[in-house]
Amino acid sequence: MKNALLPAALLLAATLPVQAAELNVAVQLPKLTVAEYHKPYVAVWIEDSNKQVVSNLAVWYDAKMKNNEGEKWLKDMRQWWRKTGRTLTMPVDGITGATQGPGQHQLNFTVGKAPLNNLESGDYTLRVEAAREVGGREVVDIPFQWPPAKAATFNATGSTELGAVAVSIKP
Amino acid sequence: MLNKTMLNKTAFKPLLVAALVLGSVAVQAHRAWILPQETVLSGEGRWVSFDAAVSNDVFLANYNPGRFSDVKVQQPDGSEAGIQNLHTGKYRTNFDVELKQEGTYRIFTASSGLRAMWEEDGKRRMYPGRGEQYSAEGFKKAVPENAEKLVVSQASRRMETFVTLGAPSDKTLQPTGQGLELVPVTHPNDLYAGEAAEFRFVMDGEPVQGVEVTLIREGTRYRNSQQEITLTSDNNGLVSVNWNGAGRYFLEAEYKDNKAKKPATERSGTYVAVLEVLPD
Repeated sequence: MKNALLPAALLLAATLPVQAAELNVAVQLPKLTVAEYHKPYVAVWIEDSNKQVVSNLAVWYDAKMKNNEGEKWLKDMRQWWRKTGRTLTMPVDGITGATQGPGQHQLNFTVGKAPLNNLESGDYTLRVEAAREVGGREVVDIPFQWPPAKAATFNATGSTELGAVAVSIKP
Repeated sequence: MLNKTMLNKTAFKPLLVAALVLGSVAVQAHRAWILPQETVLSGEGRWVSFDAAVSNDVFLANYNPGRFSDVKVQQPDGSEAGIQNLHTGKYRTNFDVELKQEGTYRIFTASSGLRAMWEEDGKRRMYPGRGEQYSAEGFKKAVPENAEKLVVSQASRRMETFVTLGAPSDKTLQPTGQGLELVPVTHPNDLYAGEAAEFRFVMDGEPVQGVEVTLIREGTRYRNSQQEITLTSDNNGLVSVNWNGAGRYFLEAEYKDNKAKKPATERSGTYVAVLEVLPD
């Protein structure tokens, strides 16, 4: 009797409204008045309290150029390149995407699922780095704790290559 | 006797330095360098362009182009490759290196050999002579074993720089065991302005104390002082460098002692590297 109930209980759990923990990132790329504008390369990742990369969330770069020439500038996202980029084989499924223009960009992640995967309890930093051809480079860091007691949003603002950056976390 | 030896050494030194640097190029106080355009690269099908010259001012090619045709490239897997598109201008040499593998490349020149000075019929003689290259055979032929006032010195010189495609690797960082060499503790393509870097100096493969190291950041003509960093290796051969900000650095190290293998009575080494330090 007990054994027969177990699969039913599992099925029920799976069909319940999604209560999955979430981590959402909003990245604003500023509109820049410059003579020559190229959309920036952007990387979003999470480091633990030992500054080790635990999740690569997004990398926007020019993956469509012939002979993979767009990979030539990946190293200009210097922090990301040093921390994790140089050990990856590009492109990476579910992480890499095309460059984005000025505006607000929303990224949503579910804890336990790629590319965020599981977060153990602890202190983390969400890092966003942007590097633009014939332009500048900037990193914005947002520290947060996981898991949060309740849903919370943390904000930071870049001053040159990045606008407002926000990370919203929901236990 | 002691005085004589000292006298010989003093007289010998300028000749030694001149003969060692790039064969026939007389450099004296001048610096020879191999400068990569970039040291940290991503992607594939990449090349790096290098400038090389002999000059007083760090990375300002305004004296002579040196002789760099014997520059070698050690690829990440340890195999050797050549340089390409060698061009010698009035003041500057340039060449390209194709990066076919991922990892760290060593671009270098190295030479070592015995130098001898003695007297014959009251006349001063030396081997190798000006513009002459050392060879074991040539040494045997030229230097009389029981020559008067014979001083034999074992001298080495190495000049190198490193570039990395993708993740840094360390096969090309291993010392050869000959002459004065830098053995990175901190990877030479993983240098950042805000982080101290540690390097070990070895002579014939053994860590040595008392290596005199000078580092100068590029752009000296845009400031009023050289802002040299001077260091001396400790008893483990180690130096720790606190950078003067980001940029490419000229590193020169010198060492001399009397632990030479016979027939040499002293050994000396000069080591030069160009290192790029990135902003944090």
